[in-house]
Amino acid sequence: MLEVLDGGWLTTIQDLGRPGYERYGIPVSGAMDFFALRVANGLVGNPPGAAGLEITLVGPVLAATAPCLVAVTGADLTFRVDGWEMPMWMSVFVRRGSVISFGGRRRGCRAYLAVAGGIEVPPVLGSRSTYLPGRFGGWEGRALRAGDRLPIGPVSGHLPERAGRRFPPHRLPAYSDCPTVRAVPGPQDDHFPPEGLETFFGAEYRVSPTSDRMGYRLEGPPVARRRAEIISDGVPPGAVQVPPDGQPIVMMADHQTTGGYPKIATVITADRPLLAQCVPGESRIRFAAVDIAEAQRCYREMMARLDAD
Amino acid sequence: MTFPRILPVGDAALVVEFGDEIHPDIHRRVLALDHALAADPFPGLRETVPTYRSLLVYYDPRQLSWDEARRLVANALARSTDTPMPEPREVEIPVVYGGEFGPDIGFVAAHTGLSEEEVVRLHTSVTYTVYMLGFAPGFVYLGGLPEALATPRLPTPRPSVPAGSVGIAGLQTGIYGLSTPGGWRLIGRTLLTMLDLNRQPPTLLQPGDRVRFVPTG
Repeated sequence: MLEVLDGGWLTTIQDLGRPGYERYGIPVSGAMDFFALRVANGLVGNPPGAAGLEITLVGPVLAATAPCLVAVTGADLTFRVDGWEMPMWMSVFVRRGSVISFGGRRRGCRAYLAVAGGIEVPPVLGSRSTYLPGRFGGWEGRALRAGDRLPIGPVSGHLPERAGRRFPPHRLPAYSDCPTVRAVPGPQDDHFPPEGLETFFGAEYRVSPTSDRMGYRLEGPPVARRRAEIISDGVPPGAVQVPPDGQPIVMMADHQTTGGYPKIATVITADRPLLAQCVPGESRIRFAAVDIAEAQRCYREMMARLDAD
Repeated sequence: MTFPRILPVGDAALVVEFGDEIHPDIHRRVLALDHALAADPFPGLRETVPTYRSLLVYYDPRQLSWDEARRLVANALARSTDTPMPEPREVEIPVVYGGEFGPDIGFVAAHTGLSEEEVVRLHTSVTYTVYMLGFAPGFVYLGGLPEALATPRLPTPRPSVPAGSVGIAGLQTGIYGLSTPGGWRLIGRTLLTMLDLNRQPPTLLQPGDRVRFVPTG
């Protein structure tokens, strides 16, 4: 069990999401940086979709009530055990009574902590992911706070022997404070004049401070639109909607499943982890247009980097 | 622009558009394709989202290229004209209109020039079609609102609308699945459970259902 001594700023239980319910208005949710969660799970010997913690900007303080094997990936929030800094992207053995904490943000936005055995809360609609707007899933549908005691699933084998497993840095995504994010134009790219598309694919946008798990609102040169709204239709994660003020909004993990603003482009799956590590109020991004063949090649290449072991 | 047309939406989804307006015939074609895909799902199909006039289709890009996915969906589209559709379900939704459950019914009455009783009578006089669920879990978008009831939405959304609230926004009427912020004009509330996360499917209503509202005390 992991006992929460301090919940940090926004720490939630996430797995790879609950697909299959978008037609009921329920988004997939799940880890915003699914690459980092999958790696963390792999390092501790969990299946890729085991539930872990998504830790945002300021980390929690957790006490291990039993020996456990953990891995921290994603943002560098200065991962510590008993006050000593520990390596990221590596499996770490934690003794009974030890305290996991985070010293301060150095890079990125969201860190992921996986523990061997996974966090065993009851699934909702097949997933342990937290959907905050609906207040369901994960830990009672909310962020963690002091006093929460997180049950961990059973593990076999000798945990200390499994420590020290690393994920090689050269296989990481191109995380950055100002990433170039690739996107496939459309499906409503015909709702935008050429200058609108040029602006979107050329300008630098700041991630606004109001950005969250539902959507990343971007601030920058307004994107000119040709027509007004569209009839509300399905919106996948990564889709970029452009409301009347021309400030694009990128749909993130807890996105609304339908929307009435024209979609100028859709961020490729392989680059969604880059966005997940962008800090609201600080990070700046640029979009680069790619065709679908290239986008799918990037996806397969990313999955190969995850699976190659 | 000719319909239907199939467009990519990123690397793991495509959309099939059947038109550019809200119309029951267009929606029927959305449901027909949805049904055809559900009846014979191709390997790599993940999930589908029926909306007013299009169907969003998620697929696995590890298994299918865009061209392959498009071809498989086009095949289903061709089959869908022949695939028999089940009869739509008819569902009655009991609603307590007005009072604390419908705080905006007075505004709707004033705006439309009708009495509150006439608002209720009109709202309960037609059979609606569930066009889609979206915006929030279990939120139901219904088609068929009598035009005389059209009322603009709130200028500022309420921070919290109770689950089961029945509202009007423009020419649309709908039902809130769970408690969320919302800008629709609330005229009543149903005590039926619209969203139950322990149930399969988790919502009472599905796209294509026919709905009648029944006033209850």
